[in-house]
Amino acid sequence: MKPIAFISILATALVLAGCKREQRVFDPGPSGSKIANGVAVNEVHAGGPLTVPDHGAYDQSAYAVGEGKRLFSAFNCVGCHNHGGGGIGPALMDAEWIYGSHPEQIYSSIVQGRPDGMPSFAGKIPDYQVWELVAYVRSLSGQLPADVAPGRSDEIQVKKAEQAKKEEHPPDETPQPMEKEKP
Amino acid sequence: MMIGTVPGFPGNQTSLNPVGPAAQHIESEFALIFWITASVYCIVLLALVLYVVRRKHSLGEMPEPLPTDLSSDRRAQRVVGGAMIVTVVLLFTIMVGSFVTGHALGSMNRESAYTIDVYGHQWWWEVHYPNDEPDKTVVTANELHVPVGVPLRIHGTSRDVIHSFWAPNVHGKRDLMPGYDTDIVMQVDQPGRFRGQCAEYCGEQHAHMSFYMVAESKQQFNQWLEDQAKSSFEPVSQQTVRGQQVFLSHACVMCHTIRGTAAGSRVGPDLTHLASRQTIAAGVLPNTTGSLAKWILNAQSIKPGCRMPPNQMSGNELRDLVAYLETLK
Repeated sequence: MKPIAFISILATALVLAGCKREQRVFDPGPSGSKIANGVAVNEVHAGGPLTVPDHGAYDQSAYAVGEGKRLFSAFNCVGCHNHGGGGIGPALMDAEWIYGSHPEQIYSSIVQGRPDGMPSFAGKIPDYQVWELVAYVRSLSGQLPADVAPGRSDEIQVKKAEQAKKEEHPPDETPQPMEKEKP
Repeated sequence: MMIGTVPGFPGNQTSLNPVGPAAQHIESEFALIFWITASVYCIVLLALVLYVVRRKHSLGEMPEPLPTDLSSDRRAQRVVGGAMIVTVVLLFTIMVGSFVTGHALGSMNRESAYTIDVYGHQWWWEVHYPNDEPDKTVVTANELHVPVGVPLRIHGTSRDVIHSFWAPNVHGKRDLMPGYDTDIVMQVDQPGRFRGQCAEYCGEQHAHMSFYMVAESKQQFNQWLEDQAKSSFEPVSQQTVRGQQVFLSHACVMCHTIRGTAAGSRVGPDLTHLASRQTIAAGVLPNTTGSLAKWILNAQSIKPGCRMPPNQMSGNELRDLVAYLETLK
């Protein structure tokens, strides 16, 4: 074999070895699949910034966000929020958040319900599905990295895919450091 | 006719045991190809063996160069030319046979056919029996009851990715595309339970996406249809009343329908007459108390990746829920 062919095959093999397949968590275990019941959320954080509980696994996994997108239709969130543009309920693709844009705030909006129409899903959906919905809702306004956000919809395309959404900046949220590194 | 079939393959999931005209056409075409290729294979092998046997005394020696002259050349030309003509004729026979089969399948009577709607889901089958009166429309899952001897029009599509509807005893494969309607005309001439399977890779649990086609007499079918169109049974005993409460107050109600209760979601299979079906989870488990309980608690341990979430509930709640589900005949 010519050395150049050998070297390019070796290089390809090395590059491919660097690929990582995303792990799909089908069974989130007892803690993840417990039914979500009311959580307390503080609007005011005494003694320092909010500590964010561990939900990173969901907004770092394209599978979880994709599942969130499926559940967003399945549980009829689209009935009021449409596909992010809003209607009966507020739009989710802009920077305005009545009850906060942080993951745990969206979590409690879903679980507790909100006045004037947002139903409470407490006792109805497992914890991990709420976090999947939270991750998807955040992707609607471009809060997730492009390699995690969904790339295309099955519905008629009236807006750009979540992946291509420019990041909105909710006033109370500092932009993710990852976004700053972009050229 | 022996040439029209390949005998010796009984079974409820094979195209070699056809139970309807469509599958018979397909089996005839298969048999034609099978017998042609099998005979060519045997003739070629036989010729090879004969040659070796005739020359076995000279094996191991360098063969003499064949003496050629004008007449042996002509003979070789005729033999090779003849074999070529036979090959072309056989290939054309197969091709014409395949046209004839395709035409026969395409020209089956669809006007008088009984329509059944089939929707492919990841990873189960939703089946509708449309009726002009909406309250008589029947919705079920993973089990297609069909009347014997009646032309059927399976009107199929997909709710997510491409699936393929395939009950080999009855008809060939046909893809179900999202956003595109497919018509398959078929007929079942023998009563029985015939297994079908998704035949287009559609994700993790593609292999666990099967269904049963239950062919029964017209009378039995109409009775079944009438029973299925009814609302679910009202729970009577204390335990089943509690079971219904568990169903309505847990995650079940987010995805499933039980007609006659507040549960009306269309994400998962309709459970109104769950207990009348023989399998659950698209043919994966027999519909028994044990498998229902196992499936409800942690479907992910049985069919990883399926859309049914793990459900946490106490032993009593689970017992009541399963008891309730088992009354949904």
